[in-house]
Amino acid sequence: MSVLVVAEHDNKNLKSSTLNTISAAKKLSEDIHLLILGNKIEDLAKSSKSIQLVKKVIICDHEKLENQIPELSSPIISNLAENYSHILAPSSTFGKNLLPRVSALLDITQISDIIGIESQDTFIRPIYAGNAISYVQTDQKINLMTVRPTSFEKCEETGGDAAVENISFIDSEVKTTFVSREVSKSDRPELGNARVVVSGGRGLENSDNFKLLYDLADKLNAAVGASRAAVDSGYIGNEYQVGQTGKMVAPELYIAVGISGAIQHLAGMKESKVIVAINKDLEAPIFNIADYGLSSDLFQAIPEIIKELDLLNQIES
Amino acid sequence: MKVLVAVKRVVDYKVQIRVKSDNSGVETQNVKMSVNPPDENAIEEAVKLKEQGLANEIISVSIGDDKSQDVLRTSMAMGIDRSILVKSQNTLEPLAVAKTLKIIIDKEKPDLVLMGKQAIDDDSNQTGQILSALLNWPQGCFISNLKIENNKVFISREIDEGIENLETSLPAVLTCDLRLNTPRFASLPNIMKAKKKPLETIDIDTLGIDTSSKIKTLKVIEPPKRKAGIMVNDVKELVQKLKYEAKVI
Repeated sequence: MSVLVVAEHDNKNLKSSTLNTISAAKKLSEDIHLLILGNKIEDLAKSSKSIQLVKKVIICDHEKLENQIPELSSPIISNLAENYSHILAPSSTFGKNLLPRVSALLDITQISDIIGIESQDTFIRPIYAGNAISYVQTDQKINLMTVRPTSFEKCEETGGDAAVENISFIDSEVKTTFVSREVSKSDRPELGNARVVVSGGRGLENSDNFKLLYDLADKLNAAVGASRAAVDSGYIGNEYQVGQTGKMVAPELYIAVGISGAIQHLAGMKESKVIVAINKDLEAPIFNIADYGLSSDLFQAIPEIIKELDLLNQIES
Repeated sequence: MKVLVAVKRVVDYKVQIRVKSDNSGVETQNVKMSVNPPDENAIEEAVKLKEQGLANEIISVSIGDDKSQDVLRTSMAMGIDRSILVKSQNTLEPLAVAKTLKIIIDKEKPDLVLMGKQAIDDDSNQTGQILSALLNWPQGCFISNLKIENNKVFISREIDEGIENLETSLPAVLTCDLRLNTPRFASLPNIMKAKKKPLETIDIDTLGIDTSSKIKTLKVIEPPKRKAGIMVNDVKELVQKLKYEAKVI
């Protein structure tokens, strides 16, 4: 049977979470269809058809789909559902907002945030903020799942030539109107997708001190993250939060600066390949999961690290 | 305006959970249980709406065994007027939870339904969205700000890219982010008062809905442990290790 992947995008480009979700779909079927619901997405359709793993790109292009209002997109998805054994969406705020509505419309129980695929009907998902891992099986006729992007590699965006099919928009009466989106712009890599993440916690003490982290991040071409404590203290915007109720990250290198390591934070970053913790409190739980711990005042350590990195670069060049 | 808040009883967020030795699940016996944290934000928001004169009746609903009465009592100690416990021995999946809530909502006819964005035990993050679709009411998920004026509802949603602002209308289903407000502590006099507030019990079997599990849990295991790392002495050693041992910079 075929697998449908619901694309997350901004009407211009696919979000990398979509590429991770396509990789997950590959474990289920060779016949992967990518559904793109949006506004003025002709160019997006063209670039998406070159994804090698995708056999068909299904497009629904309508001005009402500009802002991803789930009340409008969910009936379009449920209308296609009978053709598929599995329907997948990334477990980003986009997918979390949308897919449970499809569950309601199809009367099928959704499996949230899968991190592994054992077989066509058996999936692995974290529960209790990742403090337990659950293996679940379902015999429903359609498997509806959100996929944790960091648990699957990004698929190649080139090499393919998929068919493109346009489907017509199904209108629904919707009482919600989009007002605005407050998105912080940054030249740094996307947090969910960066090779290196530098994260700050309450130890940074204020928002001005986060500049130290930005300097370090720029040296390492890293994304910046934060603990919930730092976000709630107003040091940095909520979109930087790593943790159970924030973003899940799994970079090659995660540097936790002034973060004590609450369970909820660890849930969002403990799959990172190498974890560095810098904290003056030797008892901080973050040291229990760090590969390299440095018990030091971060206000001294960070400038020193930047200096050492500069030295390394000089030696190499 | 009448507000209905859905509340779940979960293992307290401070408890370090343990996987059962037979791998059938997580140990919930003899551990501290509490109101699911974002559900507390939903309760707080309902109480605030009443204090502002926008809501005239605020009620809470939970689904679970008799012990779930304690989270309903907590909600009433925070200011909820009355509660309904839908008694169920089995743990329900989100779709069945939403169907159950819909029946209560059809009967109670609230103008606004509030609940936490996700329960911290199974982390599904589905019930509010499903309920909104079943009721065909507007959906507002992961909200961190709410303003209601002349039947218009203005919400700010926490999304991965930042914040999204939407305008919608009542009736609506809203799911609450931890950032929506700071839940109050129940004072001792209010805890005592809450014991006298009405708590209705309904047996789930009388509702006539399919609450059977569609998802079978084969096993629950502990996550792989990270092997213990090392402490480095200074920044120089740290950078050397990252460069030549871990090879990540």
